Amino acid sequence: MPTDGFTLADLAGNPHLSLNVADDVHQLLTYHFMVNALVAGTLVAVIAAILGWFMVLRRQSFAGHTMSVMAFPGATAAALLGIAGAWGYFAASTAAAAAIGATGASDGGPSARDSAVIGTVQAAGLAAGFLFLSLYNGILGGLESLLFGTFLGVSDQQVAVLAVITVLSAAATAVLARPLFFASVDPEMAAAAGVPVRRLGVVFLLLLGLAVAATSQITGILLVFTLLVAPAATAQHLTARPGLSLALTVGFALLVAWLGLGVAYFSVYPAGFFLTMFAFGLYLAARVGSFLAAVRRRRRPASRRTLPAATHA
Amino acid sequence: MFDHEFARNALEAGSAIALASGLLGYFVVLRGQVFAGDALSHVAFTGALAGAVAGVDERIGLFAATVGVGVAIGALRLGSRADDTVIGVVFAWVLGVGLFFLTRLATGAGGSGVQAAHTLFGSIYGLSAGQAHFAAVVALGVIVLILAGARPLLFASLDPEVAGARGVPVRTLGVAFLALVGVIAAEATQAVGALLLLGLLAAPAGAAARLTARPWLGLALSAGFALAAMWAGLVASYQLASVPASSAVIGAAVAIYVGAAIVATVGGGRWRRSPPIEVETGSRP
Repeated sequence: MPTDGFTLADLAGNPHLSLNVADDVHQLLTYHFMVNALVAGTLVAVIAAILGWFMVLRRQSFAGHTMSVMAFPGATAAALLGIAGAWGYFAASTAAAAAIGATGASDGGPSARDSAVIGTVQAAGLAAGFLFLSLYNGILGGLESLLFGTFLGVSDQQVAVLAVITVLSAAATAVLARPLFFASVDPEMAAAAGVPVRRLGVVFLLLLGLAVAATSQITGILLVFTLLVAPAATAQHLTARPGLSLALTVGFALLVAWLGLGVAYFSVYPAGFFLTMFAFGLYLAARVGSFLAAVRRRRRPASRRTLPAATHA
Repeated sequence: MFDHEFARNALEAGSAIALASGLLGYFVVLRGQVFAGDALSHVAFTGALAGAVAGVDERIGLFAATVGVGVAIGALRLGSRADDTVIGVVFAWVLGVGLFFLTRLATGAGGSGVQAAHTLFGSIYGLSAGQAHFAAVVALGVIVLILAGARPLLFASLDPEVAGARGVPVRTLGVAFLALVGVIAAEATQAVGALLLLGLLAAPAGAAARLTARPWLGLALSAGFALAAMWAGLVASYQLASVPASSAVIGAAVAIYVGAAIVATVGGGRWRRSPPIEVETGSRP
C-alpha cells in the first residue's frame, strides 16, 4: 500500500507485463504472498458472491452495507483490546445483526422506520470505530489499509481461517437455501407455509456478517460491499433463473477478484481500486447489453416479440 | 470553552448544520431514502478527494459531487427501495474511484492518510472563521428553502399519487429535495465527516418518527434532537480530549434514538394515538 512506502509492484521487484500470458501468470505465482493473496481472493469471492446473491434478491443492500461497515468498529476495538482482529469483526457484526433483527428491520419490510434503524446502527458503528481508533492512537497508515484493504500481508493462518469460514458459511447457506429463497421471494406465502421468516432474516444477517468479516480483512471495510453487490446485481439482471444466476454470480466474483489482483500486481494502484472498476464494468456491460437487446427486439415485427427476461436490478 | 475561537466556530457551523440535517433528515426518513443518503455520504468522500487532487478547494469537489449525484438519483427515480441495488452498485464504484484519488494524493504529496481521515471523519474543531461562516450561511439557506417547501413536500412524501393529482409537482420536488440533501451532505462532511453524516440525517429523524406520527411536530422534534446531539457532542468532546467530536456527536444522536425507541415501546399507546407513519416509499404499484 502506498502509505507503507511501497506497492505490490515494488515488493515483487518491479514485475513487467509481457505479451506472453503464461509468462505473466508464472510471474504472479512466483511469490508466496501473491499465491496467498490469490487463494484468499478466491475464497472471499466465493463466499461474498453466495451471500451477496441472497442480499440482492432480498433487496437488503442497505442492511448489507451496514453489516460490512461493522468490521470497522470490530477491527479497531480488537486493536484497542489487544486481541486478534477476527474476534472483533465477528463480535461487532453479530451485535449489528442482533440490533437490526431485534427491531424487525431484518425481514426487509418497506416501512420508513426500518431504514432509519439501519442507518442509526451504521452511524453508531462508525462513530464507535472512530472513537476506538482515537483511543488506540493508531497510526493513520493503518487506517487506510483497514478501510481499503491490503493483499500484501495475507498470512497462511489467515488463509486457513478464511477457508474454514468459507466452507462453514457455504454449508449453512446450502442448508438454508430453500426456505431462505422462499422467504426472500414471497415472505407472506412463506410465513403462511410455516417458514420462520423473521428468524431466517436474522440468521441471514448473521451469515452475511460472518462473510463480510472474513472478506473485509482482504478487501478492506469500504470495498467489501463491491464484491457483495455488483456480481449479484449483474447476474440477476441477466437471468431470472435462480440456479443459473447464482452460478453466474460466483463466476463474475471470481473473475473480478482474479483480474483485480492480477492487474494490481503489475500496477501502482491498489487492488481494491481494480476490483471495484472491474465489478462495475461488468454490471455496466450487462445493463448496456440488455438495453441494446431490448432495442433490437422492439425493431422486430410484433408477432415475433417475446417478453424480456424478468430482471431484478 | 467559548473563549476559544475554534470552539465558537465549531458551535456556529455545527448548530446550523445540525438544524438543517435534522429538518432534511425527517423527510429523508419519511421518504425512505436513507440509503440514498448513505450513498451521498460516500460520494462526498470521493468528491473531496477529487477536489484535493485537482488542487482546488475541497468544498468545490464536495458540493459538485454530492449535488450532482443527488440530482441524478432524483431524476432517475432511484430513491425508492426497489432500486437500492443500483444505488449500491454505483456507490461501491464511486468508493473505488475515491481510492484512486487517494492513491494519487499519496504519490503526489504524502499524508494521504491524514487527508482520508479528515474527509471520512470530519474535523469540526479545525474550521476557520471563514469556513464556519460559509457553512452556517449555506445551512441557513437550506433551512429557509426546506421550510418554504415543507408543506408540498410533506404532501408529496406521504401520498405522492394524490399530491400529483392535486397539481403538486411531485417529481420536481423530489429532485430538488435530493439536491438539498446533496448540499447538506457536503456541509456535514466538513463537520462530522463523510462516513458519519448518515447518523445526523437518520438518527434524530428516526427518533422523532418513533415518538410522534404528527408530521409538523416530528419535523420540529427532529431538528431539536439534531441540535441537542450536536451541542452535547461538542461539549463532551471538548471536555474529554481523547473523544473525537464526530464520535461524540453521533454517539449523542444514537443515544437520543435509543431513548426515543424505549419511550415509544414503554409508553406505547400514550405516545402513539394515531398509527405510526408507514409510507410505501415512493415505489409505484
